[in-house]
Amino acid sequence: MKEKRRKAQKIIFNSEKEMPIAPMSLGSMTFNLTGAWRNIRPVIDLDNCLQCGICWKFCPDTAILIENEYPVIDYDYCKGCGLCAEECPAKCITMEEEIR
Amino acid sequence: MKKPRTMKLSLPLEEYMNPGHLACQGCGATLAMRYVLKALGQRTVLCIPACCWSVIDGPFPYSSLDVPVFHCAFETAAASASGVKAGLEMAGDKETTVVAWAGDGGTFDIGLQALSGAAERNDNIIYVCYDNEAYMNTGIQRSSATPYGAWTTTTPVKHFKDQPKKDIVAIMAAHRIPYIATASVAYPEDLFKKMKKAKDIKGTRFFHIFAPCPSGWKSRPEDTIKLARLAVQTCYFPLYEIEWGEKYILNIKPREKKPIVDYLRLQGRFNHLTEKEINLIQEEIDRNWHRLLRLCLQPEEKPTA
Repeated sequence: MKEKRRKAQKIIFNSEKEMPIAPMSLGSMTFNLTGAWRNIRPVIDLDNCLQCGICWKFCPDTAILIENEYPVIDYDYCKGCGLCAEECPAKCITMEEEIR
Repeated sequence: MKKPRTMKLSLPLEEYMNPGHLACQGCGATLAMRYVLKALGQRTVLCIPACCWSVIDGPFPYSSLDVPVFHCAFETAAASASGVKAGLEMAGDKETTVVAWAGDGGTFDIGLQALSGAAERNDNIIYVCYDNEAYMNTGIQRSSATPYGAWTTTTPVKHFKDQPKKDIVAIMAAHRIPYIATASVAYPEDLFKKMKKAKDIKGTRFFHIFAPCPSGWKSRPEDTIKLARLAVQTCYFPLYEIEWGEKYILNIKPREKKPIVDYLRLQGRFNHLTEKEINLIQEEIDRNWHRLLRLCLQPEEKPTA
């Protein structure tokens, strides 16, 4: 799934002739790495994870993937809203300060 | 790490919404779109008028959705969807679902006549209104979906909104369309089930989805789901279905009705309210809730007048 996302690139038209005749979508927005909007980052403690999938279900950015039956956060796109940490029934997601 | 268990998910794993979209942190409308597309699948066409989603989707050559999207004018969501459906049927495609996806401004105020027209013709479309209770995209102006007492930029604290919210579901029920449902982003399984049910019905189907907006409601982004859940638990936004404008089905009946203060105090837009106004809101909610309970009684249980 992650490999599919990497392929998206920004499309640049050099002249009007290169543009399509009808306005239509040519590519995905996945080139836009929204992880840069983040001030706090979620960290999952997998030892206490109940594997309920609630964090995956309530992520507005689809930035939580499921790999090998466990949730994994895609930090390229996570905007740091904190919904997953708030809704986790085991409270195993903590929001930590982002260090750049 | 503990021994591996299989993960049981309540929703399908397929995603038709890509990350990288331009929504604010903790947006309720993106969650609504994600669940609806999970239920409808790949063979779907969306008609989006001017609303938050026309921005979230992305600028011109890009789109964050994996289904075709048609951006139309503000007042023509339902009319455009009717046209797309008619065109597809002329081309011999009878399977594709056409969805008009409008915000509360495009449904309650500006798009109401087009919606009423489509409902009267009983065009074979699904109309989804995601309700964030103001014109959030253009900067939090008051709409007729804004509840009593709320702050917006056009109804400032000194002159807060004095009128109650318009009852759009009752307006649509008066059109006697085959299916109407209200849904909330805090109950995705319920929303998914209703959308699956609506997909197999022919005729105009109307959805009213409650989608909290952290930037407009001045709430914390992590409270989005909590607010949507409290709205159901306080009976401020009950979840129910209406078939043919007559048969009411209540989906979730809270065991214990919570006071509305719990819901109001989480939002900055209600900070100025005094106890007197909160009591007024509570009375209004109680009245609406009893009215709904009365309507949900089955015909044989109804007292003969």
